[in-house]
Amino acid sequence: MAKVQDRKLNDLLITGDQTYTSIDSSVDRLILNQKLHGKGWNILFLIGISLTGLLGLSIFWLLYQGIGIWGNNVPSAWGFDIINFVWWIGIGHAGTLISAILLLMRQQWRNSINRFAEAMTIFAVMCAGLYPILHTGRPWNAYWLFPYPNILAMWPQFRSPLMWDVAAVSTYFSVSAVFWFVGLIPDFATLRDKSTNKYGKVIFATLAMGWRGSNQHWHRYEQMYLLLAGLSTPLVLSVHSIVSFDFAISIVPGWNVTVFPPYFVAGAVFAGFAMVMTWGIPLRKHYNLKHLITDRHIDWMCKITLATGLIVFYGYLLEIFYSWYSGNFYEFKLLMKTRFTGPYAPMYWLLIFCNGIAPQIFWFPKYRRHEGVIMFVCFLISVGMWLERFVIIPMSLTNNYLPSSDKMYYPSFWDVAMFAGTMGLFITLMMLFIRFLPVINIFEVKDLFYKMGGKKEIVEEVGANS
Amino acid sequence: METIEQIQTDNRKVALEKMRAELEGKRGQQYWRTLEEVMQTPEFEAWFEDEFPNRKEIFEIDRRSLLKFAGAGLALAGLTGCRGVFLPEDKLVPYVKAPEEYVSGKPLFYASAVTLAGYATGVLVEQYEGRPIKLEGNPDHPASGGALDSISQAEILNFYDPDRSQNVMTGGDISTWESFYKEASQKIAQGGVAVLVGALTSPTAARLLARLQAKGAKLYSHEPAGRGNVTKAVAAVTGKAGVPVYDFSKAKVVISLDSDFLSRSDNPGALVYARQFAKARRVTGNKGEMSRLYAFEAAPGTVGAMADHRYPVKPSEVYAAGCALANALGIAEPSGAAPANVAADLGAIAADLQKNRSASIVVAGEHQPAEVHQLAFQINQFLGNVGQTVKFVESPEFTSGFGSLQDLVADIKGAKVKTLLISNTNPVYASAADLKFGELLGAATSVVKIHHGLYFDETAEVCDWHIPMTHSLEAWGDSRSFEGTTSIVQPLIAPLYEGRSEIEVFSGLLGEPKGGYDLVRETLTAKGFGGGSFEKAWREAIHNGTIPNTASATLAMAGGAAPLPAPTKSAGMEVGFAPDHTVFDGRYANNGWLQETPKPLSKLVWDNVVYMSPSDAEANKIAVDDVVTVKTSAGEVEGTVFILPGHAKGSVTIHLGYGRTAGGTLATLSGVDGGGFSAYKLMSAKNTSYAPVTITPTGKTQHLSTTQGHSPLGGDRIPDHRDIIREATLEKFNNAENKREALMVGHSMDQKEIEENNLMPDEIFEWKGEQWGMTIDMNTCTGCGACITACQAENNISVVGKEQVSRGREMHWIRIDRYYSGSDDNPSVTWQPVACVHCEKAPCEPVCPVAATVHSHEGINQMVYNRCVGTRYCSNNCPYKVRRFNYLNWTDNQAQFSNKNKTISTRRIPGAINVPKDNGLQLLKMLNNPDVSVRGRGVMEKCTYCTQRINEARIEAKKAGRPIAEGDVITACQQACPSEAIVFGNIADKNSAVAKLRKDPRSYLLLEELQTRPRTSHLAKLRNPNPEIKSAMTEEAHH
Repeated sequence: MAKVQDRKLNDLLITGDQTYTSIDSSVDRLILNQKLHGKGWNILFLIGISLTGLLGLSIFWLLYQGIGIWGNNVPSAWGFDIINFVWWIGIGHAGTLISAILLLMRQQWRNSINRFAEAMTIFAVMCAGLYPILHTGRPWNAYWLFPYPNILAMWPQFRSPLMWDVAAVSTYFSVSAVFWFVGLIPDFATLRDKSTNKYGKVIFATLAMGWRGSNQHWHRYEQMYLLLAGLSTPLVLSVHSIVSFDFAISIVPGWNVTVFPPYFVAGAVFAGFAMVMTWGIPLRKHYNLKHLITDRHIDWMCKITLATGLIVFYGYLLEIFYSWYSGNFYEFKLLMKTRFTGPYAPMYWLLIFCNGIAPQIFWFPKYRRHEGVIMFVCFLISVGMWLERFVIIPMSLTNNYLPSSDKMYYPSFWDVAMFAGTMGLFITLMMLFIRFLPVINIFEVKDLFYKMGGKKEIVEEVGANS
Repeated sequence: METIEQIQTDNRKVALEKMRAELEGKRGQQYWRTLEEVMQTPEFEAWFEDEFPNRKEIFEIDRRSLLKFAGAGLALAGLTGCRGVFLPEDKLVPYVKAPEEYVSGKPLFYASAVTLAGYATGVLVEQYEGRPIKLEGNPDHPASGGALDSISQAEILNFYDPDRSQNVMTGGDISTWESFYKEASQKIAQGGVAVLVGALTSPTAARLLARLQAKGAKLYSHEPAGRGNVTKAVAAVTGKAGVPVYDFSKAKVVISLDSDFLSRSDNPGALVYARQFAKARRVTGNKGEMSRLYAFEAAPGTVGAMADHRYPVKPSEVYAAGCALANALGIAEPSGAAPANVAADLGAIAADLQKNRSASIVVAGEHQPAEVHQLAFQINQFLGNVGQTVKFVESPEFTSGFGSLQDLVADIKGAKVKTLLISNTNPVYASAADLKFGELLGAATSVVKIHHGLYFDETAEVCDWHIPMTHSLEAWGDSRSFEGTTSIVQPLIAPLYEGRSEIEVFSGLLGEPKGGYDLVRETLTAKGFGGGSFEKAWREAIHNGTIPNTASATLAMAGGAAPLPAPTKSAGMEVGFAPDHTVFDGRYANNGWLQETPKPLSKLVWDNVVYMSPSDAEANKIAVDDVVTVKTSAGEVEGTVFILPGHAKGSVTIHLGYGRTAGGTLATLSGVDGGGFSAYKLMSAKNTSYAPVTITPTGKTQHLSTTQGHSPLGGDRIPDHRDIIREATLEKFNNAENKREALMVGHSMDQKEIEENNLMPDEIFEWKGEQWGMTIDMNTCTGCGACITACQAENNISVVGKEQVSRGREMHWIRIDRYYSGSDDNPSVTWQPVACVHCEKAPCEPVCPVAATVHSHEGINQMVYNRCVGTRYCSNNCPYKVRRFNYLNWTDNQAQFSNKNKTISTRRIPGAINVPKDNGLQLLKMLNNPDVSVRGRGVMEKCTYCTQRINEARIEAKKAGRPIAEGDVITACQQACPSEAIVFGNIADKNSAVAKLRKDPRSYLLLEELQTRPRTSHLAKLRNPNPEIKSAMTEEAHH
């Protein structure tokens, strides 16, 4: 590998005095040098695995007793189960957006963040996927939602949005997983070559599937990757649109709203980027990856967060507007009596603060580079997006056409336990991912490095326009 | 090792001595089988431990002995066939050959009667393969007319209650009837026998008790929520113990003096009265007439909710209000000043009564003191109502002449009682606190106390003997209805346990134990029943459920009644007592259905409370759920406050029946599980109606469970005049050009717009067969809740318990929504029963991902339990929220049939950790209706329009080769409804009652603007206020 020290590098996307080797090693040392992971990793993993244990316990108790262990009731037949499902699905969206849409748009700055964002997508969808299955009254029959051939000639009911949901989420998960794995193959090959450990060699050799880096391999790989990106792009938009149909199709005041699909998708990207930053900032700090995930990356991500945040905030304002403008009494009652005032009102105002007010700080370049502020705002956004689903689901359901049915929804211990459990599962998987898989796409960063180092005009294009 | 033989020789002598010493020290009833067992000798233990004792002997048996034993065994087995020779024989023989017309899997119906506080209500018992499963009203019975109240319907659950007493008990041990009778006959021979019974109407019991009395026994009667005050008042005006019988269908004006004549817990004639009352108020078509109801009452009840004018008055002021009304009519004595809120309107009320002489009724509340009843009778007489709308008949109770509980207390104190039998009453719990009956009985060690009852209750605990009683579904008997007609109580099944009925015990105490069958027949024979053809008349009487011409004789009002006292004024706070609408005086505290049936106004379940008016609560800074100390001269208790709009200021009301300490799992619940507190602890024997009281907050709170409202979200009030409820005054309705508009309170819906939005033709059904539909008349619905229990019994609906209700998971398929209008001091109440309305365009159907809820070609929104995976989306998308979800496995975990695991608090870690009681699940299985699936956990359920009944009718019609006729299908709720507010049938048949009612001007579709096109229509409520009286309602009518 030739040293490119003398070349003028764009310090905004890859900083410091880098070589191909240094880029390689700054990522693969996380795997090849296991001693790198210290106390911090251990503590987080321990927290994650303990909470995963709690998840297991919650699932056991749930299967043993039934979903009555949760706080759901009539009228609020959905509660934490669907809130958390939608929340987790939303978290996943940034990964697909970064890997697919930004790829198609040739935004090469995505190269250093797409890998762990995609991992987050897959893990978040795994957490999300637990809920639709477990929230059914008889989870052992949940497979009836799939259109499988059976002697009863009984199909699912295709008019139901839950049916569409099953199709959308399962497609989303499988495409994301394939996309992720395909993207990993060249890096597996690198790790195979660099591994000194016998097991590492065998495992990575198996995973690399015979990758030799030949021209033909690269050619096919690029074709495949592009096709998958093309396939994923509509999914980014469709999955959360379909999730929003679960609500928009119904006649529940507060749900039956045409703005839901775009507003849900924007919300998902918003939440997803917040989560990418929540993980990215400590990651680059702890593992000295600041030269690959630079302040410029963070800055851009903050801008996307701000943009999508504004769309979401616009959605909130629109909800207020149309509940008045439509003249629909029930919508207006919901707004005035359940959102603006009433026992749940603090949740609504906190939502407005977290998702509407707090991200406005990203208008200021100073705070887009202040890690503490970003982390705090991202935390608020995650809380806010959860509250958004709370406002939509139980708060709409507790408010009824017939006032006699109005009843409060209170979560139970197991609602919280299971939510904490899925967080534990997510943390556990992320920690394992950090330790055993390349967190940054090595070859794409090298590709970017080459393009920036080799061709002046591209460097300027990528760097200067940013 | 020593052999058994060796041990035997060595130890026998020593052991025998030890054993004799041991037996010497034994006291009481300790049973032993063999001397060896008592000795606890090693050889006995070895024998006991041996898996096949005496095996040597078994192998050594010779051929002849074997044949001898076999022969003897055969002969003995044959003896069991000798029932009737020396084994007791009841006319309950399981069919060896199936009875004629009996088809397995088809129910049979038998006429019988259930009694409440002595009074019979005729029922038809539905029986499957020998198991009674449901009680329905007997259309031929004068106290039912085909309807049946919640309490009577829930008797079936009492029958299968695993907590019922099952054995003769003495000294904490199980004993036998033989030993009981042996001891009892010895004691009876010594004299000093006292028998304490509840109110009884049974002619057979009367005959047997009279014989006991002739033998020297003293008789007492105690009925905590009985009709003592009424009979006393009738005795005062007619000279003979009697009861009034009303005819509300003829009354144009009804004045209620704290009466709840529409509720079975208050009046034994309630079912009939509700039907008559509904008849007088039913309006069909464009114009109609209605009777007018004025109610004076303290705690809002079903009558107050139906009233056109309601006046909240303290319990003690009801008399004063009545006196003032009498004065306004022109009756001089007793003169009384009316309470302030009544005074202004008295003239108008009096004028209304004068206009309707002989067509009005003044009815006093059963729990009001005798003078109120007497006053009401006098007003009725003055108005010429007696003989027209009111008549007096001889009391069907023969126990009214018996000694009271006070007399018994005096006699026990005076050591006149040596043996005391307490039969079917629970005075230790249910008696005035100042009698201290429990303490007295506990201290009376020289008295042999025998308790005979369905449960091992508080009284059984202090008695020496407890003998189990049979339920009325498993023993022969007879009883009389509120107007005297005698019914034969026919058993439907052999006794589940060792119980014996009251009459059997009385005859046993007479020394001639006989079966109930013979006893009842003897009574009839003695009266010359049947006039020679006894058997034929007997069979007819059993078949019809009544004995003809047994109604009580009418009594004439005689002059010379003692003048009534002038009303006294009470200044302070007072407490009124009334039997609970569901658990009555406490005897149904162990009945899950009744515990979970919401109280009509408060919608409370599983608890009794201190009902308080909003203004009193505000003045005392008390909120709902606050625990207060309630103190009267008789005692004090802690109770939770429930603020009830419309409650009279200056008083609180406490219902009887809670705070039990024995008598079953549900009866003894406490704290967060429900159970309430005992109102008897506040009651003094002098006045069991009301008492002065002081109320002090304790600072504690106790969560209450209700099915509606009582949450931060409200739910009692329809905001901004939505047209969910439609109502008008009769005057406005009759005079209106556009009836639909006249009925809309809110004018929030543009009828034209709704019709324009409707893109469908009027009738969208393509099937040319039956199209099912229902109408619910909100004008005649009294909110009594009979439909809820009927549905529960018919459709195997689980009881979920207080905690789950407070989580919003009650399972009732039909609910009665209660809406208030007007000020919270005295609001008007509107009932709206809501079950699945079977939308033609049902929002629940398209959202189910597995097609578990689908539409039938007959217009029924069906629920396919087997296909349901439980996503609950259908419930979310149901605008009426009538779908109920099995969040847990409730069927198998109902507290009635299983014991809660006390070690884990299910409040913290929700879930059902129950252990089934002995035979609990078997009993539940016997109770369940085999025509309706029992739902497991994780499945949605809802009203099916009683689809099993429709199918039954369809099969019958197909067999007969005819279409299903009008009246072939009667839903359970419709059948039970005393006021006939529910009509069901085929709407495709334009001549059917339901099709006509759907076109009635009052008919409307709930949430019509959503275009769900319900198959159930509601009929708007009408009120008939007196135009002379200014009220919110009359104002509304004129504006």
